[in-house]
Amino acid sequence: MTDSYTRLVNTGITKTLSKKLGLPRPAVLRRHRPGEPLTVGPVLVVSDAASKPDADAVAQTLLGWGTDVRREPSDDARWGAVVLVVTEAARPADVSDAVLAVGSVLRRLAPNGRVVTVSRAATDGDSPELAATRAGVDGFLRSLAKELRAGATGNGIVLTGGAAADSTSALATLRFFLSARSAFVDGQLLPVGPAPAGAEDAPVDDDRPLAGRVAVVTGAARGIGVAIAKTLARDGASVICVDVPAAGEGLARTANAVGGTALQLDVTADDAGTRILEHARSRHGRLDVVVHNAGILRDKLLANMKPEQWDAVTAVNLASQLRINAQLLEAGVQGLRIVSLASIAGIAGNRGQTNYGFSKAGVIGHTRATAPLVARLGGTANAVAPGFIETEMTRTIPAVTREMGRRASSLQQGGLPVDVAEAVAFLASPATVGVNGEVLRVCGQSWLGR
Amino acid sequence: MATRKTTTGTARGASSGSTGSAPAAGVRDAVIVGGNRIPFSRAGKKYADASNQEMFTAALEGLVARFGLQGERLGEVVGGAVLKHSRDFNLVREAVLGSSLSPQTPAFDLQQACATGLEATINVANKIRLGQIDSGVAGGTDTISDAPVAVSEGLRRALLAASHAKTLQGRLKAFARIRPADLKPLTPATDEPRTGLSMGEHQAITTARWGITREAQDEVALASHQNLAQAWDAGFFDDLVTPFRGLTRDDNLRPDTSLEKLASLKPVFGKSLASSSESPVGPTMTAGNSTPLTDGASTVLLASTEWAEAHDLPVLARFVDAETAAVDFVHGHEGLLMAPVHAVPRLLARNGMTLADFDFFEIHEAFASTVLTTLAAWEDADYCKNELGLPGAFGSVDRAKINVNGSSLAAGHPFAATGGRIVATAAKLVSQRAAETGETARALVSVCAAGGLGATAIIESV
Repeated sequence: MTDSYTRLVNTGITKTLSKKLGLPRPAVLRRHRPGEPLTVGPVLVVSDAASKPDADAVAQTLLGWGTDVRREPSDDARWGAVVLVVTEAARPADVSDAVLAVGSVLRRLAPNGRVVTVSRAATDGDSPELAATRAGVDGFLRSLAKELRAGATGNGIVLTGGAAADSTSALATLRFFLSARSAFVDGQLLPVGPAPAGAEDAPVDDDRPLAGRVAVVTGAARGIGVAIAKTLARDGASVICVDVPAAGEGLARTANAVGGTALQLDVTADDAGTRILEHARSRHGRLDVVVHNAGILRDKLLANMKPEQWDAVTAVNLASQLRINAQLLEAGVQGLRIVSLASIAGIAGNRGQTNYGFSKAGVIGHTRATAPLVARLGGTANAVAPGFIETEMTRTIPAVTREMGRRASSLQQGGLPVDVAEAVAFLASPATVGVNGEVLRVCGQSWLGR
Repeated sequence: MATRKTTTGTARGASSGSTGSAPAAGVRDAVIVGGNRIPFSRAGKKYADASNQEMFTAALEGLVARFGLQGERLGEVVGGAVLKHSRDFNLVREAVLGSSLSPQTPAFDLQQACATGLEATINVANKIRLGQIDSGVAGGTDTISDAPVAVSEGLRRALLAASHAKTLQGRLKAFARIRPADLKPLTPATDEPRTGLSMGEHQAITTARWGITREAQDEVALASHQNLAQAWDAGFFDDLVTPFRGLTRDDNLRPDTSLEKLASLKPVFGKSLASSSESPVGPTMTAGNSTPLTDGASTVLLASTEWAEAHDLPVLARFVDAETAAVDFVHGHEGLLMAPVHAVPRLLARNGMTLADFDFFEIHEAFASTVLTTLAAWEDADYCKNELGLPGAFGSVDRAKINVNGSSLAAGHPFAATGGRIVATAAKLVSQRAAETGETARALVSVCAAGGLGATAIIESV
């Protein structure tokens, strides 16, 4: 499902030609297949002097995952990943050796390699020097990600609230960023906090982190919703597939593909949340994950916008999520993991999409506000903001606009529905309980927005 | 969840009639878990190139998705089609093999004209009640658009003779017997083989005999459209129908039809009766108060209470009992579609019930007048004495309880698929009513069929 340009510059004679001409050559991204190694080569773990204990802990964990871990840059390796740990760096000068060590191996970073930084978030109490160091890592990572080639990505874990570098959630995030599951996540810094008191232990099975869990996916009849349902099922979840009755044919196909159940339900119904919960409890015994994926487009310049175009978009994309969340919270669902689909249109804005932009920025807003409410019940609320994704919907965009959308990112291509689904599954997994109220972009480091 | 309630309150079999026997003691309940059908489509439209197998598979796949039955080995899948290609000798089994059910799920085809779907339900329910299976799907499918077209008898015999011939000479000799007239294809006929009359012409005789007026028939048709439209709008079919080939609602439904529009249609059946003394009201049956030719498929999931509980599935209703009947429309004077009139009194007597014991009546609208002649017959004391052997009139039915969510006049009538549509609708209706009132709700199902056949059943909330 790669776009034809990417296929062209990666195969046969056109590959040679495009190399000679110096054309942009988007890479064929490595994607997750169960049973394959975590990284494409050995992992180098470097740190500043003060952060060495954290780096040691991270290296130990990587060894436990069966990875070839090295602590010194050397010439002989084709690196699968570099992890830069600067959690305890206090002054800007502290990080220079470690950062330059990263630089020294970049030329030998394998295609689809990974760079992951582990740092701490700047807080109000920080000294100017400490704040500069911590904030500096963000700018470093975002710039470095733009230098990486051949499908390699750079992402950062930003520890908050005193979370340990080897806390369950931090390690789960590290694993995600190192793996092929994060193929289209690039240039992102994800804040990871400590697990709330009494949060459950991490699952034993990294290949099936959602085993025994029950997940609801709205908008599951087509597109990204299908990929989410399949990915959650692959990770072990029982999936309840929801879509409007009129989309029932595709919905049944999805449900039968993932061994789940089809619930024909309009998410804008007054009692949608109650009915979802009733279905989940009576048919599957529980409810653990809700993925708010259902969304519609009614693009119009605001000057030409009809009331029904504005209202339909906000009703489906935003109001339905608020109502369903409220009903599930009121029912006291414990440990609920909410993942909402936002969009970079909600971050950067798009001409002709005032309604869509309002709804998607609204999703980011309510996700932040819902996070503390759901945390009281041991759950989380996060959002995934896709960039340009190759779907039926984006196939209808005019060719030039579509091509610009694809290439205007560090990875120089559109993502696949499964890339969004992997991010959703990551945020839904029990181990990421320390990630709450965040927006994870799946955009190949798009030039749009921050 | 589905808690089983005892059935002693209905005094089953307490006063079994002279024509039936009480249900066997010791059989367990067969319950209706739910149903799924595809929207019904007028012949030659959305499903013009869909086969029976595709439609039944689609209905089955929607059912599997709704109830999470992927990979499940069900006890049996039973269904059929009235108009069937000879290559579809194992239609239902082939649909199972093409579905997400376990390929170890047995299946068989059966056929009882328009009663096919209900007869399939009776079959599956009985196997469950006897403990032979724990779960099963009953259903049916029919397509007019993809109906088999046969070759003439002359051509068929020549082709068979040629295939049996051992020499080239023999084959040529066989082909030489073909005459130009033999090349005309035979389109499927639904005329009664023994009378040569179409079903509509038969019913026109019955309609005239009972003096059913055009206005009364049009009122039944209007109510059917209005009730079905209201049920769709209320979301009643959200968990009973899965769209197919882009069709999301029954496309025969005319929510905006009116008595005026129906009155403007010209009669199509019984025109030859117009001047006869038998028909004082003239021809009354139009395209508006008769069912159109339709494509579609339906399924119903039945199970034992234990199986449903073990699979965390809901239970809508219990399939209590059923009775089939047949009438002599060839040599006798009974109407072709009057068999349910005979079946119901026997069914109710066996179960110790009267018409007053029912909250809903699902009477298949082959024609609007089928419903009306059924009701008229039960109210006629002489008829009930002479034809049904009852002491007097069988009784009246509150019209507000009949086909409350529409029936075949509005939804259309893909012959074998109608039974499944009605059973699922009736089961959901009694389930909803019982949830509202906290009391047992009951539905009577009646389906007339070609050949003077009829099948009837009792469905009760659990």
